[in-house]
Amino acid sequence: MFEFLVRRGAISVVTLFVISVVVFTGVRMIPGDPARVLAGTDADAAGIEAIREKYGLGDPIPVQYLRWVSLALRGDLGHSIRTREAVVSTVGSKLPITIELAFLSLLIAVSIAIPAGVLAAVRRNTLWDMLASGASLGGVSIPNFWLGIMLILFFSVQLGWLPASGFVPIWENPLDNLRRMVMPAFVLGTALAAVLMRQTRNSMIEVLSADYIRTAYSKGLASRAVIFRHAIRNSLIPVVTILGLQMGALMSGAVVTEQIFVVPGFGRLIVESVFTRDYPLVQGVVLITASSYVLINLMVDVSYSLLNPRIRIGGAPRES
Amino acid sequence: MSPSAAAVTTAALQAPSAEGSRLARAWRQARHRPASVVGAIVVLLFVAAAIGAPWIAGVDPMQSDWKLVRKAPSLAHPFGTDDLGRDTFARVVWGTRISMQAGVLSIVLAIAVGVPLGLIAGFYRGALDQAIMRLTDAWLAFPFLILAIGLVTIMGPSLTNATVAIGLGATPTYIRLTRGLVLSTAAEDYVQGARALGAGDLRLMARHVLPNIASSLLVQATISIPIAIIAEAVLSFLGLGVQPPAPSWGTMLNSAQQFLETAPWMAWWPGLAIFLLTLSFNLAGDGLRDLLDPRDY
Repeated sequence: MFEFLVRRGAISVVTLFVISVVVFTGVRMIPGDPARVLAGTDADAAGIEAIREKYGLGDPIPVQYLRWVSLALRGDLGHSIRTREAVVSTVGSKLPITIELAFLSLLIAVSIAIPAGVLAAVRRNTLWDMLASGASLGGVSIPNFWLGIMLILFFSVQLGWLPASGFVPIWENPLDNLRRMVMPAFVLGTALAAVLMRQTRNSMIEVLSADYIRTAYSKGLASRAVIFRHAIRNSLIPVVTILGLQMGALMSGAVVTEQIFVVPGFGRLIVESVFTRDYPLVQGVVLITASSYVLINLMVDVSYSLLNPRIRIGGAPRES
Repeated sequence: MSPSAAAVTTAALQAPSAEGSRLARAWRQARHRPASVVGAIVVLLFVAAAIGAPWIAGVDPMQSDWKLVRKAPSLAHPFGTDDLGRDTFARVVWGTRISMQAGVLSIVLAIAVGVPLGLIAGFYRGALDQAIMRLTDAWLAFPFLILAIGLVTIMGPSLTNATVAIGLGATPTYIRLTRGLVLSTAAEDYVQGARALGAGDLRLMARHVLPNIASSLLVQATISIPIAIIAEAVLSFLGLGVQPPAPSWGTMLNSAQQFLETAPWMAWWPGLAIFLLTLSFNLAGDGLRDLLDPRDY
């Protein structure tokens, strides 16, 4: 067990190192002189030189990289060019909004996908199965930004039931906050629900054909007890892994969803920082996104190995 | 006739019938999966629309007409007109070309980069494998859209750059898949046999390993292409892909968003086109997967 944790942890550290190198070089590949960008449009040659001196932009690249990493590890990702605010605090103010959105969409996705997936597996090859699989296929195929636009068209423009955009913090007015978050969360949850449903169905079918399920039936347990007490629990283990891997898709989805519903979260921040060419912000945001993806999947793998002892013997759950 | 020559002749004689039975199997499968057949036909119709756009669209997709601003669908303009008086039908038809181009070329790029890397990693194992896989882990940590946004920031927004960004985003999937397939294939007896006969690494990879993993790669491509098509639409929607006035489904939806109350048809058609194309791709892909990969999904 210990060996597995060490190996899995070491892989994550290497991955984080590669990510930091990629992000660092990526930003330096952007055409243009960073000192000129930092100094602003109305700076003269002396001003640019002063900035170059101040930020050590004339130093060798490895030195610059080490300085950047050591600052980043202490939680200093520089300042936004546009607002002069620290990147970390800008992200910190936007992130809770996106986490709420992601949490709500996860809630919607799980509460649709797991019952539907279990039903489709238990009633395999019936009308229920076909309906669930069809809905899953539709959910994967529908572009979420178009779904968002269509929802606005129907519920906001046609019926006038829900506001099309705008945001109210949950601590100011929880009810109004939910009214504005329900459409974005549904849009973001659709694709996730489709993927989760398919995974739940497949792993439930696999579990239902296992020997211990037959044993449970043959000792006379009611099928309700077999399904709820034995099958569902075991079939959800791979679903948890998929959930971890879907975090990246959720992040991408949040970018688009927040753009459509004008939710001032992390996703909208990414797009804004790109359009305003706010490189320190782009750099920080990309670094934070990729690092949290690695850490979330580390946690998923570790918790997975705690749940399922077979993995600890065989090595890492994902091929590596 | 020597025994080996006889064997060759027999093989040559059997080849057409084996091909025939494969076709027969495909036909039997197709009859059981009408949805996949319909999907494949719709995909082919979109391909035809992409190729024949100039003839099908009828009018110039970039021609604006101030007398025809935001007109509802009519006989003359079956999909209506947009905020600059351009024919939405013509723009949707031309948009097919952009979507297909981005969807297919980006995955071709992902395969061209990912498959050789996966082959090397799986075939040689060792330190090279470790290096490639750690790189892939890091690569996978960037969510698809975040990576694409980052790359487009560096390279500037355009259709070509969006295609490259989407392709690079899909590449790690192919590295992982190819490596996994190579690991299981390289251990097979026929590969070991060919090695014992003195075949070099390159020949082993090109003649024995690659042909046996090709069908799995093809199946993955049918999954990736619809994702890539949506990705192009998203990038263009965000203003990071195709630039106006070029007709892309994503940019059309972007401008449609401002006129939802007065001209909702501007938002219907491009989105419906994306939905229909990706749905058909997924349906056709499901059928292809059953055909090439008999494992039960």
